[in-house]
Amino acid sequence: MIVADRKSLEEILSMIKDYKNIMVLGCKGCVTVCNVGGEKEVSILASALRIARQKEGREINIDTKVIERQCDNEYVAQLKETVGNYEAVVSMACGVGPQFLSEAYREQKFYPAVNTTFFGGAVTHGIWEERCAGCGTCIIHDFDGLCPVARCAKSLLHGPCGGSSKGKCEISKETICIWDSIVSKKMEQGRLNDLLKVRAVKDWRTARDGGPRRSIREELTQ
Amino acid sequence: MRLSYPSNIKVIQVPCTGRVDILHLLNAIENGADGVYVAGCLEGECHYLTGNIKTRKKVNYVKKILQEIGIEPERVEMFSLSSAMGLKFAEIAREMNEKIKTLGPTPVRKKEAA
Ligand code: SF4
Ligand code: SF4
Repeated sequence: MIVADRKSLEEILSMIKDYKNIMVLGCKGCVTVCNVGGEKEVSILASALRIARQKEGREINIDTKVIERQCDNEYVAQLKETVGNYEAVVSMACGVGPQFLSEAYREQKFYPAVNTTFFGGAVTHGIWEERCAGCGTCIIHDFDGLCPVARCAKSLLHGPCGGSSKGKCEISKETICIWDSIVSKKMEQGRLNDLLKVRAVKDWRTARDGGPRRSIREELTQ
Repeated sequence: MRLSYPSNIKVIQVPCTGRVDILHLLNAIENGADGVYVAGCLEGECHYLTGNIKTRKKVNYVKKILQEIGIEPERVEMFSLSSAMGLKFAEIAREMNEKIKTLGPTPVRKKEAA
């Protein structure tokens, strides 16, 4: 899923400082699963913002709503009747949400309440980790499903660097060296020779380096 | 036992402190409570195993939110005691009451409807 973190209240408050009537809009997709922008978090943010504004003596009306997915025009269209009732809309979806909203409603102002961080998952309750960098040409079949592009700090593709120590990456004691994991797993399975394969230079044009990407599926287009 | 505790404290009963949510605490503050505290069972003695431990984390989260918006985080607290500790309950109530009195009334006031 796409993982995000809520922005500081200070930052959100400064985005909405001029408004007295806003909507906080959540999303039932990834941000609900990573507990940052679903029903619950929308209510918490709305309450915290109201408290902050009451304290300043500048009350604000905040309505809340959560739609199925903000990255889908079909659901974004459901806001047609209500979106104009507010001075601004604060979106708790990942960075995709405010953009779909902004494109759909040219006359409205949209602000993100979260920092979108990475594609990953929860390794345990309350802790999420990055797993994929969306490089556009997946190569993890060569590494037993472990991704050195996203998970090696240097995106090395031919083995660990000299900073690998006791299973940890040199960037921090909390970060595993994915190359250590890849090599250990290959050794456990007696397939270390797989790693002798010399790879052609990776084509990064399918990653962000090639500019904004687009995916077209002819069989689905109308 | 006839123990007295400050009469300005309103007790809301829940089956387990685990039931207390971040939003309950925030809503209390939003609606003008000067302070709010959770009296939970002793750690390790939750009938539902970890309700009190989870709620301590929620209380800490609410404290963080208050801190972020410039409100004294001490207005929200969590205490651990068993249901057999009536004396302690009264003592905590007085302690919390004193603390809130020192902090003064909440800065979160709804404007009176004109
Ligand atoms: S190789 Fe690319 S697409 Fe595959 S998991 Fe890694 S970053 Fe994601
Ligand atoms: S220590 Fe491991 S994960 Fe860290 S940069 Fe080197 S090879 Fe990559």
